[in-house]
Amino acid sequence: MIIAIASGKGGTGKTTIATNLALVAPASQYLDCDVEEPNGHLFLKPKISEKRDVTMPIPKIDEELCTYCGQCAAACEFNALAVIGEKVMVFSELCHGCGACTFICPEEAISETTKSIGCLEIGMANAVEGAELFFAHGISNIGNPLSPPIIKKVKKLVNNDCFAILDAPPGTSCPMVQTLMGCDYCLFVTEPTPFGLNDLELAVGVARQLGIPCGILINRSDSGDNQVQEYCQRERIPILMEIPFDRDLAFAYSKGEAAVIKSQSLREGFLKLHHKIVAEVEK
Amino acid sequence: MKELTIISGKGGTGKTTVTAAFAILAKNTILADCDVDAADLHLILTPEEISSADFIGGRGPQLDSEKCTSCGECQRLCRFDAIEFSEESGYVINEFACDCCGLCALACPEEAITMEDTINGRWFISDTRAGKMVHARLGIGEDNSGKLVTLVRQQGKLMAKKEGCELLINDGPPGIGCPVTAAITGVDLVLIVTEPTLSGMHDMERVHGLCRHFDIPALVCVNRFDLNLVNSEKIRGYCTEHKLPLVGEIPLDPVVNKAQVARMSVIEYECGLVTQVVREMWKKVEKELNI
Repeated sequence: MIIAIASGKGGTGKTTIATNLALVAPASQYLDCDVEEPNGHLFLKPKISEKRDVTMPIPKIDEELCTYCGQCAAACEFNALAVIGEKVMVFSELCHGCGACTFICPEEAISETTKSIGCLEIGMANAVEGAELFFAHGISNIGNPLSPPIIKKVKKLVNNDCFAILDAPPGTSCPMVQTLMGCDYCLFVTEPTPFGLNDLELAVGVARQLGIPCGILINRSDSGDNQVQEYCQRERIPILMEIPFDRDLAFAYSKGEAAVIKSQSLREGFLKLHHKIVAEVEK
Repeated sequence: MKELTIISGKGGTGKTTVTAAFAILAKNTILADCDVDAADLHLILTPEEISSADFIGGRGPQLDSEKCTSCGECQRLCRFDAIEFSEESGYVINEFACDCCGLCALACPEEAITMEDTINGRWFISDTRAGKMVHARLGIGEDNSGKLVTLVRQQGKLMAKKEGCELLINDGPPGIGCPVTAAITGVDLVLIVTEPTLSGMHDMERVHGLCRHFDIPALVCVNRFDLNLVNSEKIRGYCTEHKLPLVGEIPLDPVVNKAQVARMSVIEYECGLVTQVVREMWKKVEKELNI
């Protein structure tokens, strides 16, 4: 079972919910797909046992064979190649690694080399009651604009027999879509403010287009108005949990403490959330 | 004309709250909402649309099933697993997985796949009580957010020139990926809004790394600084060590959310401590921009 924890708006509490849920749900995996700004490790404090480089292919021009015909530059949809006189320039930060230039070159003058765009770190973290939890995250290199290939690699680590939790990046564009694709369920974490609702509506639009059933968790549920509740009612989206603002909780978060470690009542709350998600998926 | 972008790394630290307040405080300025896939600034500034246009972000493949002979060459070559096959519908392009690279169109021996312009969203020029604003809406799940950010900024600059404005303020997106890069390259100054949480600090360091990568001067503002005073002290240390001017520390105050619910910037909503800090911060930013 693969569950994405997403939001649209940033800072609503995706990572808080994803990590706490991972700590209490039996046989769970935590996979951080927010590869631009991964934060789950700050709360789960995993022991990393393996680190893998994530690379993508980029073109390499053999100037001996190249006739500067310019077909590669014409074929590239991303303007990552330019042929100026007798010189081929490769702008690797624009390259998507699609292989169109290699395919089109009539002289077979283009081969591929790889460039590092980030890494994966894999390990185990301690869950509640002596259990262990599979942990993985992707980390995008600073300056790398392309996160979807790294997210794809993180998702390859999903074990379908587990309760796999994907911590999604904010927004509604490619990195978020890449995370949601193929998930069984999406839990949207929102806050009851105009910003929270606006971005939630956009994010629900993505889930609906992908055909993924979704539910809502309202965080800091007493800190705004009741328009999110009204929206959920109107759109018939189940609200699975509401968490009021609690300064102690916010303080624990600021120090990198997972709330369920100390609070029995929250542990029960998150277990209930887990049961509700499973029931929603099996509907 | 000067250009300021407000970013954070981590989402939800208060970029738009700060941007909306600056928009009200700044005189003679143009606003650009560069968070094109989760734009929120319009909720506070309630823009009245003057003009709008489609955003053609690039080209995407169209498969003509009449011409397709189901040879499977496109599926074999596609590196994004975007070509799906089923007995009932034959080969179909999954537009969510597709990267629009065009390799399938180049490779199709039947020329059954063609690359067509794609509309990825819409952009707007509007009037607000704080001045003209350029904003956009990326289509649901669409690609090319970086290109749309670039377009919004270009239009913002054109508008600033036309209106004789001395400043363009960009409300940036979270993260450190392609839309953030598009929102900060070539600007005069970046303001990083962070919070005293381990996540906020971790992400601030990464986004500061991105600013250094592009050699862009940055300032820091700590929001909800009194949530964790130990961490706020650590941020001060980081700023001193990296010669990053710390221009403001905003307290945690429910008034920020109340202002948002009332669709006002915090400056317009109250005249308490938050407003005072933001006003002083704006003076420092103005000085730093030399306007």
